[in-house]
Amino acid sequence: MRVVADLELCQGHAECTVEAPAVFALSNDNHVTILIDTPPGEMVDAVTNAVRYCPTHALRMEHTERIEED
Amino acid sequence: MTTPSMVSGGGGEHGHLEELRTDPIGLMQRVHDECGEVGSFTLAGRTVVMLSGAEVNEWYFRMPDEVLDQAAAYPFMTPIFGKGVIFDAPPERRKEMLQTQALRGPQMRGHAETIASEVERAVAGWDAQDGPTEIDLLDWFAELTIYTSSACLIGKKFRAELDERFAHLYHDLERGTDAIAYVDPYAPIESFRRRDAARIGLVELVEGIMANRANQADAGAADLLDVLMSLRDESGNARFTADEITGMFIGMMFAGHHTTSGTAAWTLIELLRHPDEMAAVVSELDELYADGSSVSHQALREIPRLESVVKEALRLHPPLILLLRVATEDLEVGGFAIRKGDLVAATPAVSNRLPSDFPDASAFVPERYLAPRREDDVNPWTWIPFGGGRHRCVGAAFAMMQLKAIFSVLLRRYTFELAQPPDTYRNDHSKMVVQLQQPCRARVRPREPSA
Repeated sequence: MRVVADLELCQGHAECTVEAPAVFALSNDNHVTILIDTPPGEMVDAVTNAVRYCPTHALRMEHTERIEED
Repeated sequence: MTTPSMVSGGGGEHGHLEELRTDPIGLMQRVHDECGEVGSFTLAGRTVVMLSGAEVNEWYFRMPDEVLDQAAAYPFMTPIFGKGVIFDAPPERRKEMLQTQALRGPQMRGHAETIASEVERAVAGWDAQDGPTEIDLLDWFAELTIYTSSACLIGKKFRAELDERFAHLYHDLERGTDAIAYVDPYAPIESFRRRDAARIGLVELVEGIMANRANQADAGAADLLDVLMSLRDESGNARFTADEITGMFIGMMFAGHHTTSGTAAWTLIELLRHPDEMAAVVSELDELYADGSSVSHQALREIPRLESVVKEALRLHPPLILLLRVATEDLEVGGFAIRKGDLVAATPAVSNRLPSDFPDASAFVPERYLAPRREDDVNPWTWIPFGGGRHRCVGAAFAMMQLKAIFSVLLRRYTFELAQPPDTYRNDHSKMVVQLQQPCRARVRPREPSA
């Protein structure tokens, strides 16, 4: 699973940094920075919440099996 | 490229303005039905291009402020906020102002606790009553949300200095949003006169609070008002006047006040209209709190049944029915031309009820938000009670948490009943700020201990 951010939509509300602080941070220009773009299984629930609670719906998860095989 | 077609009607002096002031949803639905996803109506000599549908809404919500500007679209807000506040400021400055720390995730837990204690305080009188207490849903929720928003956004110290006078004046401000403002924001009409008197009244209240603080030894932690009062300009004078500070506070509270208040009232009304749903939500709350956990803890977590009821109340009764921008250049959407200077509108009232996206669109069906349907997530550009995209409501998470906290207290401790026939509760659409039409009464009594 891969996390992708739409920086055109991100307005720096930082909800994701609360839901999954290991995966998301805010950059200096107040946009999301993805720290781990293929989060391990134990983080998936937290990342799912981050995606769901993003105020501008700027985050999404992509299921990319090839990456998991790497 | 073709010009969007114009909806029927609109023969009055100011085009469709009169209809917008009396039956805006009827007007907007007709634009959709007659013209399709891109249609238009006229407002005081200007063309309003109205969008409804996923693709055109996505285009709208992705546009930056430089292209679709909010400021000039809401002329009725400047007399309320005052000069230099929110919509009177340039786009970059507005963006900065909206990056409000108070709504960020890390602050939420404290806010949930604050809200729970405000609700406790507001219901305190109900237990002492012998029989049921009758409340007006508009007045009650409007006053409660004045206290919750002032406490969370400005500070508990400031909230403690307020009483119902602030709520009443604030209500007059909200009522001062007649669409006549598109002709003249200072037109000589009663609601504008009351609006201007209310703003002066609010400045006087804030002045009084500031004078008290200046005369007293500091009590408790500093809040935003203390900070603003302490700021000095180069010559050592106070940086902000009471008028400017009041304008900032009005602006900070505006977006979250009538919206949350109205949604709370509609959530309760819909629950009372649907007793099975009420029973399901009450037992969900009973179960969640059975372990003695606190409201501040639970309100930040999922309460699926209650959340789906709130979402459905929002879909059917969106607090903002018409979102507006001004095109700053010639544009094209869905093959239609928008001219520089046109108003461009998205329409929660119409988009939220598109039958293609929401089966049984006019019915109250909270199940549509439960997995696997999740119709809000599936339709991010047409499920738009909070708007969408870049300008999606900054307070959406805060609002949802606040509503969960409010109903966690209310529904576990009290039972409610409608005091009027269920179909007599409706919104008053005569102002741009939509509110419940009075009377909108309900009865409340302490809940019987469950057997």
